[in-house]
Amino acid sequence: MSIRAPRKGENYELSVDLNSEYRDKRKDAIKRVIASMTVGKDVSGLFPDVLKNMQTDDLEQKKLVYLYLMNYAKTQPELVILAVNTFVKDSEDPNPLVRALAIRTMGCLRAEKIIDYLCDPLQRALRDDNPYVRKTAALCVAKLYDLKPELVIENGFLDQLRDMISDSNPMVVANTVAALTDIHISATSNQPSDSTSDPAVFSITSAILNKLLIALNECSEWGRVAILNALARYEAQDDKESEHICERVVPQFQHVNGSVVLAAMKVIMIHIRNVRRDDLVKQLIRKMAPPLVTLLSSPPEVQWVALRNINLLLQKRSDLLSNEMRVFFCKYNDPLYVKIEKLDIMVRLASDNNVDALLSELKEYSSEVDVDFVRKSIKAIGQTAISIESAAERCVNVLLELINTRVSYVVQEAVVVMKDIFRKYPSTYEGVIPTLCANLEELDEPEAKTSLIWIIGEYADKIDNADELLGIFVDSFIEESYQVQLQTLTAVVKLFLKKPDSSQGVVQRVLNTATKDCDSPDVRDRAYIYWRLLSTDPGAAKAVVLAHRPPISIPRTTVSPALLEELLGEISSLASVYHKPAQTFVGHGRVGADSVQRKGSEISDAQKALQTVVAGQQAENLLDFGDDSAQDGQPSGLAATQILPSTPAAANFLSGTSANPLDDLVSIFGGMETMETGAGSLSTALSPTTTTMSSPFEGFGGSPAPSSQPAQNAQPQEDLLGLF
Amino acid sequence: MISAFFIFNQKGEVLISRLYRTDFKRSIADVFRIQVVSNSDVRSPIITLGSTSFFHVRVNNLYIVCVTKTNANAALVFEFCYRFISIAKSYFGKVDEESVKNNFVLIYELIDEISDYGYPQNSEIDTLKSYITTESVISSAIAAEESSKITTQATGATSWRRGDVKYKKNEAFVDVVETVNLSMSAKGTVLRADVDGHIQMRAYLSGTPECKFGLNDKLVIDKNSQGGASDAVELDDCRFHQCVRLNEFDTSRTISFIPPDGEFELMRYRSTSNVKLPLRVIPTVNEIGTTQVSYNIAVKANFGTKLSATNVVLRIPTPLNTTGVDCKVANGKAKYVPAENVVVWKIPRIQGGQECTFNATAGLTSTTTRQVWARPPIDVDFEVLMLTASGLIVRFLKVFEKSNYHSIKWVRYLTKASGSYQIRF
Repeated sequence: MSIRAPRKGENYELSVDLNSEYRDKRKDAIKRVIASMTVGKDVSGLFPDVLKNMQTDDLEQKKLVYLYLMNYAKTQPELVILAVNTFVKDSEDPNPLVRALAIRTMGCLRAEKIIDYLCDPLQRALRDDNPYVRKTAALCVAKLYDLKPELVIENGFLDQLRDMISDSNPMVVANTVAALTDIHISATSNQPSDSTSDPAVFSITSAILNKLLIALNECSEWGRVAILNALARYEAQDDKESEHICERVVPQFQHVNGSVVLAAMKVIMIHIRNVRRDDLVKQLIRKMAPPLVTLLSSPPEVQWVALRNINLLLQKRSDLLSNEMRVFFCKYNDPLYVKIEKLDIMVRLASDNNVDALLSELKEYSSEVDVDFVRKSIKAIGQTAISIESAAERCVNVLLELINTRVSYVVQEAVVVMKDIFRKYPSTYEGVIPTLCANLEELDEPEAKTSLIWIIGEYADKIDNADELLGIFVDSFIEESYQVQLQTLTAVVKLFLKKPDSSQGVVQRVLNTATKDCDSPDVRDRAYIYWRLLSTDPGAAKAVVLAHRPPISIPRTTVSPALLEELLGEISSLASVYHKPAQTFVGHGRVGADSVQRKGSEISDAQKALQTVVAGQQAENLLDFGDDSAQDGQPSGLAATQILPSTPAAANFLSGTSANPLDDLVSIFGGMETMETGAGSLSTALSPTTTTMSSPFEGFGGSPAPSSQPAQNAQPQEDLLGLF
Repeated sequence: MISAFFIFNQKGEVLISRLYRTDFKRSIADVFRIQVVSNSDVRSPIITLGSTSFFHVRVNNLYIVCVTKTNANAALVFEFCYRFISIAKSYFGKVDEESVKNNFVLIYELIDEISDYGYPQNSEIDTLKSYITTESVISSAIAAEESSKITTQATGATSWRRGDVKYKKNEAFVDVVETVNLSMSAKGTVLRADVDGHIQMRAYLSGTPECKFGLNDKLVIDKNSQGGASDAVELDDCRFHQCVRLNEFDTSRTISFIPPDGEFELMRYRSTSNVKLPLRVIPTVNEIGTTQVSYNIAVKANFGTKLSATNVVLRIPTPLNTTGVDCKVANGKAKYVPAENVVVWKIPRIQGGQECTFNATAGLTSTTTRQVWARPPIDVDFEVLMLTASGLIVRFLKVFEKSNYHSIKWVRYLTKASGSYQIRF
C-alpha cells in the first residue's frame, strides 16, 4: 500500500478536498490534482482518494479521473484493480460516449492486472451497435497488442479486426486499417530479421483493396491518410489494377488537408511504376503539379515538409514543375528553413528560359541580412553557372558585382564559388582573376583561402605576381589550417612546374617548412611525395600534378537511385523530409551491422546509416530515456571506428538536411587531389596514402588498403556526394 | 504515430502534457526544453535526437509540440498541430498562455477526443462542440439517447452535420476572400503575383440540404480544353472541404456537397493569371551621401471609383542607423517606429482611382561599419470590399432539400493583403 502523505502540505489539503462531502469541492480538487500532475509534481500518493471519485454521473469528472489513472496506473498496480469494476460497468453503460471512453482508457492503463479484465469488454465493444464505440475498440486492439500480443492472438481479435474492414461505417474502417497497420509494423519489426516465418498480420488482398477504395471517399481526412497509407503498401496484380488505383486516388489531390494530398502523392508515385499507358502517366504527372504548388500557401512547417518532398519528386521527375519557378521565389518574411529549401528547388528548376529571373532573385537575396541564407544564395549562383553553360557568363558578372560590395562573407563565398566555375570552365574567365586577387586581404576563412590558392596555382603561368601572392601564404604557412597548408603546398608545386626559374626559392622554402616544422602528418607526407617526385623525375611530376582534370558537374540527384525509390514510397514521412532511410533514425534498439550490409549495393549509405544510428544511440543514452534496448546496441567494431568525432547525431541531422553538392566538393578537397594524382602513372603507388588521409599513421604505401576502399576510390565523387 | 502532445510556454514550462503511448517517460519534456526552447539557434521545425523526433509549431509564444519515435507522417503531424490551434481558437478565442492555463481541463478533454493512441480522430469543430462543452454533461437516460445521435454523427458519412437542424429563415452567406501575394522588383516588374482565395460559407439551412455551387472558372488542369467564355477565370488549383464530393468534381467539375451547419471553409483556390493588382506603389528612395535617405512614395488605387480600399498600412523600411524621420503626407498618418526600423503609414481609406503620396527624409548617424543597407521590401496591407483580384464571381448556389423551402443567398467579395504584398525598391 502507498505511504500516506504527512498531515500537512498541498497534497494533504487535496486529499481532504477529494474526500469532501460536496460534489463541487471534490471536482475542483481533481482539477487541481491534474494541474499539479501536468507541471510534473508527484501526486501519485492521492491515488486512492482520486479513485473514489471515479463512480460519477458527471462525464467531465469521469474523464479527469481517467486521465489521472492513465498517468499513475503504472506506479500503483495494486490499486488499479479497484478501478476495474467501474470500468467494466462503464463499458456496459447505455451511453455510447461512456462505453467508448471506458474502452479507450482501459487500453491506456499499462498495468498487467487490468489487461485480463479488458478482453471481455473489448470483445463486446468490437461488436457494439454504435460505430463510435467500434472505432474506439479497433484502436484498443492495437493498444492491447503493444502490451500483450499473445492475448490479442488468443482472443482472435486480429481476425475480428480483419472482418471489420468490411464495416459499413467508414470511420470504423479507417481506424481498423490504422490499428492493423500499427500491429503489422510492430509485428514485423520485433520479428528477428533472419526468421523465416512471415508475420503478415495485415496483408492487403484485392478484396480488401476494393473496400478501402470505397471507404476512402467517405471517411474523415485523417482516416483518408490511414487508408492511403495502406493503399501504398498494396502490390498491384497487373498494370490495369495500378491504373485503377491511380484513377481512384487522384481526386484526393483536391483535399484541403495537406497531409491527405501528400499521402495521395505517395500512392500515385508507388503505383505509377506499373502504369504502362504513357498518356495516363503524363496526365497523372500533370495533375500533381498544381496541388504541390498550392501546398506552398500552407503554414510554414507544412510548407517545409512539402518543399522537402518536392525536392525528392523533382529528382525523379525533373519536368514536374518546369514552368512554376516563380512560386518558389522567397518572401522576405519566410522562415529561414523554408527559404533555403526554396533556393535549392529554384536551382533545380533553372533552365535557359528562366535563368535571368533566377539570377536577379539570387542577387537580391545576396544582400539580405541572414549570413547563412546569403551564402546559400551565392552558392546557388555557382550551381546555376555550372548546370547552365549559356548562363555562366551572366553568373560570373553577378558574382563580380557581389565581390565589389566588399562585404567580407559575401566576398569569401563568391571566391569559393568562382573556384568551382573555374573547374567547370577552365581558362574561360581568366579576366576576373585580378579582381579575386585584389581581395586577398579580405579572406580569413580556410575554405575561401584554399579556393583562392587553388585558382592562383592553377593559373600560375597567367598571373605575373603568382610567386608573390603565394609567398604571402608560405610566410604564414605554420599558422594556417591544414586544409590551407595542403593547398598552398600543391599550388606552389604547380607554380614551380609552370615557372621553374622564378620560383625555385619559394618551392624550396615551402617543402622545407612542410617537412620539418609542420605537425600534420598529411601535410608532411604530401610534401615528401612532391619532393621525391620533383627530385627523381620532374617529367612524372608534371604528368601527375598538372594532369588534366575531368570537369565537375552538379548531379541531378542528391541520394542514390535505390534510396530515391525507397524515399518516394514514403512521401511526407520523416524519412522523406530528412532524405534518409528510416532505419537511420528510428532504429528499433539497434540495426545489426549485417542487416544493414544486406543492402549490398549501397555500402557507403549503409556505413553512414550505421554511424548515425550508433551516434543516435549514444545521444539517447546520454538523454537517458530509460529505453532498455538502447543498452545492448553497443557499436560494433566497424561502426565504432568510423564515427566521425565531429558529427554528433543531432548536428549531423541539422546540417545534413541541406544537401549541397558544392559544399561537399570543397569538403572533399583531398578527394579531388586523389583524382589529380590518380590520373598519373604512379596512381597505384600513391593511392594508399591518399585514401587513408583519415588514418594518418599509415605513411607511404604501407599496409594495403582494406578491400572496400579501392572500390570507393574508383568513384570518389558520387560516393561521397551520396553520403550527404 | 504521435506518441505525446505537449504545450510549452515561452520559458519552456509544461502547460499541457499528454502521453498517447508509453515509449518514453514524462521527462521527455525536459529534453525539448533544453534542445529547443533554450536554444536560440533552432533552424528546423523538426528536431530528431536519437530516435525521438520533436515536431513543433509556435503560436503566440506557445510551443505546440508532438513527439514521436516512428517514421511518422510529418505533414499529418503539422496539420494536426494546426487543427488543434484552430479548434482551441474556436473554443476559447485566443490561444495564449493565459487561455491555455484557464482551460486546461477542456484542452485535456479535447486532445483525448481528437487523437486516440496517437491517431487523429474526428476533429470537426461543429461536431466536437456538440459533445465537448464548457458546462459539465450529466450522463442520464436522456443523455444516452442524445449521445448515440452525436456518436452516429461523429462517425457517419456526413460527420460534419446533424440531421435535425431547423431554421425559420433559411439563409446562406458566401464570402469570397482573396489574399494577393505580390513581389515586385525594384524596376517595377512583377516577379510574382498570385491569389490565394478562400470561399467561406455560413450556412443556416434546415434539414439535409444538397448544394450545388458554380463559379466563372475554367480549371486549367486540363489545358487542352481551353476556350469558352472570355470572362472565365483560370484557377490553377482548388481544394475543398471534406463535405465536397471529390469524385464528382474530378469527373464533371461540379461542386456538390451537403454543407456543415454554420461557418466553414468551402474551398480554397489559387490563381496566377490576370491578377489585377488593386494598389500600385511607386517608390523612389535615394540614399543621399551617408547621412540621409529621401523617400518619395506614391500609392495609386487601381480599381473603379465606386469601390475603396480600407485599412491601408504601408510599412516602409529605414536603415538601421536612422536617427529620425521627417514625414509629409497628405492622407492618413505616418509614424516612424524605431524598434522595427520602419515608417508605418496608415491610410484609413483610398477611393478608387485616387493617388496618395508620401515624402520623407530619414537622418542617419555615421557608423564605423560600411555594411550596405539591405533594403528590405515595402510591405502593404489593405482590404478592398466587393472586388476580387482574380476576377472570380460566384455564378450560382443552388440548394435542394426535401421540404423544398425557399432559401436566401448572400455573396460578398473581399480582396486583401497582409504581409504578402511586397515591393522592393
